[in-house]
Amino acid sequence: MKYKSQKVAYWFFGLCMLLFALQIVYGFIMGFARIGWDGLHNVIPFNTARAVHTNLLVVWLLTGFMGAAYYIIPEEAQRELVSVKLAYVQLISLALVGVAAIVGYHFNHWEGRKFLEIPRELDYLVVVNVLLFLGLILATLFKGKRKTTTALVLTMGLVFAALLYLPGMIWFDSQVMDSFFRWWVVHLWVEGVWELIMGGILSYLLIKLTGVDREVIEKWLYVIVGLTFLSGLLGTGHHYYYIGVNKIWLIVGGIFSALEPLAFLGMALFAVYMYRKGEKSHPNKIALFWTIGASIVSFIGAGLLGFAHTLPQTNIYTHGTLVTAMHGHYAFWGAYAMIVLAIISYALPNVTGRKRYDKTSGHMAFWLSNIGMLGMTVAFGVAGVAQVYMERKMKMEFMEVQNEISIHFVVLLLCATLFATGILLYILEFIKYGRPTDEALEVKSY
Amino acid sequence: MLSKSQARAFFLGGTVVTFLIFIGLTIYSFQPKNDQTNHHQIDANVIRGKQIWEANNCMGCHTILGEGGYYAPELTKVIERRGEGYVKAVLQSPIPWGPRGRKMVKYEMNDEDTEAVIAYLKWIGNIDLNGFERVVSPLAKDKE
Repeated sequence: MKYKSQKVAYWFFGLCMLLFALQIVYGFIMGFARIGWDGLHNVIPFNTARAVHTNLLVVWLLTGFMGAAYYIIPEEAQRELVSVKLAYVQLISLALVGVAAIVGYHFNHWEGRKFLEIPRELDYLVVVNVLLFLGLILATLFKGKRKTTTALVLTMGLVFAALLYLPGMIWFDSQVMDSFFRWWVVHLWVEGVWELIMGGILSYLLIKLTGVDREVIEKWLYVIVGLTFLSGLLGTGHHYYYIGVNKIWLIVGGIFSALEPLAFLGMALFAVYMYRKGEKSHPNKIALFWTIGASIVSFIGAGLLGFAHTLPQTNIYTHGTLVTAMHGHYAFWGAYAMIVLAIISYALPNVTGRKRYDKTSGHMAFWLSNIGMLGMTVAFGVAGVAQVYMERKMKMEFMEVQNEISIHFVVLLLCATLFATGILLYILEFIKYGRPTDEALEVKSY
Repeated sequence: MLSKSQARAFFLGGTVVTFLIFIGLTIYSFQPKNDQTNHHQIDANVIRGKQIWEANNCMGCHTILGEGGYYAPELTKVIERRGEGYVKAVLQSPIPWGPRGRKMVKYEMNDEDTEAVIAYLKWIGNIDLNGFERVVSPLAKDKE
C-alpha cells in the first residue's frame, strides 16, 4: 500500500463479503422452493427471494467496484484520496440504502421491474450516493500527478454506469417501452460499461502481477473496450427480438450480439498472453488465479454461453426459460464476481501488511467455488434445454414441465453447497487477514 | 503494429458511431408507423393493471413477454389460453393459489383491481411479438 487513504477500500470489500454471503442464502431459499421445500413462502415468497438475490448481486458488485476504485485511483493518480471522511460517509449511506431496500422487499415495497426493483424514493438516494462517490474519484484523479489509461477507463466505466441508471427511472405506460429502456440500464451495464470497469481492474492487476510494460497493456485495453462497445451497444438488440418492437432488431441484434464474445475472447487472450509474457514472479498466486480465472470464465460464461442462445432463430425458443439463468450465473460469476474477488485478493495483503499468500484455504476457496459454479451452470443448462423441448416443442404445461425438471435443481443445490463452501473459505480468509493498518505503508507491496 | 493512439481512436470512433446508430434505431422503433403494440389501446385500466403488476412484483415469479422469474407460468396470451374467469379466480383466491404444489402469493384482489390486471394482460396478448407469440407455451392454437 502506497497511500494511507487506500485503506478505505478494505471496508467496501468487507461490505461486499457480507452482502455476497446474504445473496447466497437467498439463492438457497429459491433453490429449495424449486424442489418444493417452500416452508418460508409466507415470510419470503419466491419473488421476494429473487429480488433480494439479484439486487444483492448488483449492490455487492458495485460495492466491490467502488472499493477497487478507492484502492486503484490513489495509486494511479499518485496522491491520497481527496477526502477519506466522505468516502466513509458514502460507504455507510450505501449500506443503509441497501438495507432499506432489502427490508422493503419483504413488505411488498418495490418497483417490480426485473433487476431494478429498488423503490423510487431510494433511487434518488442511490443517485446522490453515486454522485458523491464519483465526485471523490474524479477530484482525486483531477488533482493527481498523472492520468493513466487504466484509471481513465475505470473511471469512464463508473461515470457511464451512473448515467445509465437514469433511463431506468423513467415511468412508461407501455410495458414494451418499459422493457426497452430497462435494458438500457441492465444490458448496457453488464455488456457495456461494466466491461470497462472490469477491463480497468484487469489492466491494473496485470500491470502489478505480471510486470509487463504499462504501455503494452493499456494499448490492448483500448482495443478490448473498443470491441466491447462496438458489439455491445447494438448487441442490446438481442433483448428486443420478442418484446414487441420492430423486426429490424432481429438483424441488428443478431449480428452484433454474435460479435460480443470477441471482446471477452480478447480479454482472455490478453490476460493469458500478458501472464506468459511477464517476467515477474509475483508471490500473490491467489490473486493471479482469480485474475486469469476471471478472464477465462468470463469468456465461457458471458461470451460462449451468451452466444449459444443469442441468435434470433435459437432465442425464439429459449427466450424466457432457464437457459437464460444458465448464462446469467456463469457470466456474472466470471466477468464480475471473480474480478472483484481478484482485486480483493490482491489488495488485502497490501492494506493489512499480512502476506498470507498461497494459503491452502485460499486455493481451496478458488477451486471449490469455481467447480461449484460450473456444476450449477450445467444443472441450469440441462434444466433449461429440457424445459425448452418439453414446453416449447411438445407444448406441455408449465408446471408439468417444472415437476419433470425438478431433479436438476437437486443437483443444482448440491453444486451450490460446494460453491458456498468455497465462498465461506474465501470469507474466512478475508477475516483472518485482520483489519487494515498504517504499518502496511512500511511493508513492501508488490 | 497498432500504436496506442490508434487503439484509442478505434475505441472512441467505434463507440461514437455505434452509439449514434443505436439512438437512430431507437427513434425508428418508436415511430407510430412501426408500432406493434396497439399503443392507442392503452387506457386508464391498462395503466392501472401495469401499476398493480409492478407493485406486486409479479415478474419476480412469472414471465411476461418472455421476461421475468421463470418460477411461474408465462402470462403473455394467458387470457386467450385460460380465459378471464380462471385468471379472476386466481387473483381473487382467498388461499394461496397452488396448482401442482407451487404456491402463489395470496392477493384477494377486489373486482376493480382484478379487471385492471385482466385489461393489462389482454393488451399484452395483442402485441405482435415477431413470432414469439406462436412459440410461447402452451398456446391452444398450436396444440391443434
